[in-house]
Amino acid sequence: MNTVVALLEKNSLITAFVIVALLLATSNWLAARLFRGQIHGSAIAISLGLLLAYWGGISSGGSNGLADVSLFSGLGVLGGAMFRDFAIVATAFGADLDALKRAGWVGALSVVLGVVLSFAVGAVVAVAFGFSDAVSISTIGAGAATYIVGPVTGTALGADSAVIALSVAAGLVKAILVMVATPLVASRIGLDNPQAALIYGGLMGTTSGVAAGLAATDPKLVPYGAMTATFYTGVGCLLAPSLLYLLVLFLQRLF
Amino acid sequence: MVIYGVGLLAACMLVGVILGDLLGQLIGVQANVGGVGIAMLLLLWATNASRLKPLFAPPSASGITFWSAMYIPIVVAMAAKQNVLAAVSSGWLALLAGVAAVAVSFAMIPLLSRLGRQNHDQS
Repeated sequence: MNTVVALLEKNSLITAFVIVALLLATSNWLAARLFRGQIHGSAIAISLGLLLAYWGGISSGGSNGLADVSLFSGLGVLGGAMFRDFAIVATAFGADLDALKRAGWVGALSVVLGVVLSFAVGAVVAVAFGFSDAVSISTIGAGAATYIVGPVTGTALGADSAVIALSVAAGLVKAILVMVATPLVASRIGLDNPQAALIYGGLMGTTSGVAAGLAATDPKLVPYGAMTATFYTGVGCLLAPSLLYLLVLFLQRLF
Repeated sequence: MVIYGVGLLAACMLVGVILGDLLGQLIGVQANVGGVGIAMLLLLWATNASRLKPLFAPPSASGITFWSAMYIPIVVAMAAKQNVLAAVSSGWLALLAGVAAVAVSFAMIPLLSRLGRQNHDQS
């Protein structure tokens, strides 16, 4: 038994292939039998993955979910940023160039609007919880954009490390909620065409959230949403510690 | 050959990521600005360029379509490595900030979609 486990750990990426295959097979079976096709198999698989990640976090004490359990460490490679981005680029093969061109300016607008909206919402929540210094308010606002914009902004402004940790947590909540909620609200918000997907990617911005949310809704929409989402973190890192921070300072002086 | 497709896909990604990093340095942010998006545009351009057509003959193309089909399994693995524990146990401020940001962003999608459609009808 010990040799088997040792071999599985040694071939961690291959083990991860088998685990994900089993996870998807179970989910597709559940989708067909239990939910009679009303919920996508991939939506169930992503939710199961998140549940397993929660369990992995408890049992290992690490920050990489199930991938911190040594038997499952290959999931960290397979689900890491390198393979994620590689697969996202591959989805562009066969995408409709005209649909991208047509929605170009709305896509750009949605990225900027998405950053500003999320920042504003996060900042308001921070104020409601009693934060009064512009640096902390801006850092938490930036975290509500994505969990990368938060710490980048916090480090640039010299925020307290506890505040930076809060901003990362806010970004994580956002990413996970986008993964789970997108297939549930998709029809209500009209997320069923390339243009809506472009706007969705730009407004949400979290690459992992958008990637999983669209995979669980309609994989054909992935290239459009992913395209705008990849610009979001960059725009967020540009706006949050500069223009948006100054805006917070200005509003603070006003009241 | 299958590796031509994989190689072209990989080259697009590397060029995109390098350009995205340069763009980030240019505007002075510590982040990659749209590297993956640029890579996707490169791949789209390459697949539409007539001179590169032989590269997308059936066996080579399957080097790209395979990775495109691996997208969902990779996303499932990605979900399994998220720090869900930190997100759930971080307290009300982080939960509320994250939930409110998502709710407001979802609500904006129909509005922007309408805006985009109107503009398209006019032009």
